[in-house]
Amino acid sequence: MDNKKKLIEIKDLTIHFIVEGEGIVRAVEDMNLEIGKGETLGLVGETGAGKTTTALGIMQLVPNPPGKIVSGEIIFEGENLLTKSPAELRKVRGNKISMIFQDPMTSLNPVMTVGDQIAEVVKLHQKVNAAQAIERAKEMLEKVGIPPDRSKEYPHQFSGGMRQRVVIAIALACNPTLLIADEPTTALDVTIQAQVLTLMKNLKEEFETSMLLITHDLGVVAEVCDKVAIMYAGNVIEYTDKKRLFTEPKHPYTLGLFGSIPDAEEDEERLNPIKGLMPDPTNVPSGCPFHPRCPKVMSICSERKPNNTEIELGHFVKCLLFEEGVK
Amino acid sequence: MQERLLEVRNLKKYFSTKKGLLHAVDDVNFFINKGETLGLAGESGCGKSTTGRVVLRLLEATEGEIIFEGKDIRAFNKDQMRVMRKEMQIVFQDPFASLNPRLSVSEIIAEPLVVNKVYKDKIEMRKHVSKLMETVGLAERLINTYPHELDGGRRQRIGIARALALNPKFIVQDEPVSALDVSIQAQILNLMDDLQKEFGLTYMFISHDLSVVKHVSDRIAVMYLGKIVELSDYTSMFKDPKHPYTQALLSAIPVPRIDVTRERIILEGDVPSPINPPEGCRFYGRCRYRQDICKEQTPELKDVGDLRFVACHFTNNLKETSK
Repeated sequence: MDNKKKLIEIKDLTIHFIVEGEGIVRAVEDMNLEIGKGETLGLVGETGAGKTTTALGIMQLVPNPPGKIVSGEIIFEGENLLTKSPAELRKVRGNKISMIFQDPMTSLNPVMTVGDQIAEVVKLHQKVNAAQAIERAKEMLEKVGIPPDRSKEYPHQFSGGMRQRVVIAIALACNPTLLIADEPTTALDVTIQAQVLTLMKNLKEEFETSMLLITHDLGVVAEVCDKVAIMYAGNVIEYTDKKRLFTEPKHPYTLGLFGSIPDAEEDEERLNPIKGLMPDPTNVPSGCPFHPRCPKVMSICSERKPNNTEIELGHFVKCLLFEEGVK
Repeated sequence: MQERLLEVRNLKKYFSTKKGLLHAVDDVNFFINKGETLGLAGESGCGKSTTGRVVLRLLEATEGEIIFEGKDIRAFNKDQMRVMRKEMQIVFQDPFASLNPRLSVSEIIAEPLVVNKVYKDKIEMRKHVSKLMETVGLAERLINTYPHELDGGRRQRIGIARALALNPKFIVQDEPVSALDVSIQAQILNLMDDLQKEFGLTYMFISHDLSVVKHVSDRIAVMYLGKIVELSDYTSMFKDPKHPYTQALLSAIPVPRIDVTRERIILEGDVPSPINPPEGCRFYGRCRYRQDICKEQTPELKDVGDLRFVACHFTNNLKETSK
């Protein structure tokens, strides 16, 4: 799939939440993904698909209990993050891997100036004094399009779009090699979303940062990603480069997603939604978790879990329709 | 000519705040024909939800006329209004906040019937509720469940069933699918389409999601800071937007395809405050085509032909001025 150098590789990652009295929630199951240097991977899915848990898994921030990384490896710059000590992890978080959250209102500290909040990360990870850290904070503000003399203002003095720019400035202050953005523009209006997406694209190129972009919006994916992984009920059900996903989607769920979105460019009379509802996470259907909603369901689908199948070089689908020897 | 169900003239809604008068809806004019869907689009704070509420008199207008089936409902007294409300209903955005958590599904759907004393006989009413549930695709077995037991899509179906209970002619849909996942969103959009055809309903569909608005609407009004800046049928609006704000707004929609590349117009800055807005065009500060007159005179919403309305001094004659 790529000739670029791998930055992070997720191998067979499984994360469970053990809920007392209700059983096990398989939030992430057998996940295999990789992101190359400078690449952007889009992680797409609906509420409860396991997107955010994946991000928290990479950052080792899954609340334990009830969450537990059951198995797998996360190889980041050649080292397995899952075997690192808490002290070692602290050096990675916010420094080499940083995260942008969905809601800028709740991810900023309301009683700290934005300048201090950016400087905080810099001081934590780099050998600088307070004045240098503030200097760096002002530089970052300028990079994200906020006048540096506003560094002494508080989050409530900024609009939603500006706040998200501050969050981006904090995330990029230490030149991370991987940026995890969890629905970074979902809380923003479309014209502001366009501003922020353009900014993120430009900064990513300038700093050569790789990105894991979590979103439910295939429009945003088309805009910024190189590769896409579609998740359903904890499983990556399709994973390939952007061009192939948009031109030859294969998994019935991916096709269903495309059928559900009203397209601003075309004039469809009627949408083709996926029937039924997302399964209850504590009671996922047997076999393929999508089988009760699948228009192409076969009798074997309720009995056997599909394996990850590479149907073409670099195009992975988890569906029994594409598995050899099934039918 | 088609029959008009609703016409709004010079509608204004101001809120007084500590900092001054907030012009939420400022001199808005539009009409909705019987059986059609008017989409009301715009970003947060542009006044689209306030417009929806003022039209139903859930909020009292500051000025203007609201003409429903030929009568100005602003002149109605409480009793007249109560009768009128059977004709006009609303579906809210948040299916979590708009349903009473202490009522069961059947009680929620039956509430409008009880309030309006439609049935004397409980069994008859129960039948009507079951019928409504069937109409919106809710399984009979859910009749005694409570909202917290159900997911967002089903809750929104309850909200729709409640709105249909009194056989209204007109429904304001205030961001009815914004809180839902795409696969569920598509189910609800299709349901609303079916209901409109079956019962001959007229919709005012409020949403910030332009792809959704385009999908459901016959005509679309785009609002910016309390004013309608453009009103057209959906095809012409998407093919050839006239107002500079509409152009930027449409270009900003992320399209889920990779075979179309569009020129993206990035607007500078944020939406200004609606409190004591200055004279002149509200979009002045962010417009690429601004000229001196735009700062001094507020552009009226003018007919530019083909039933298209645009509020801009330079419609069809835009010349880039800034930068």
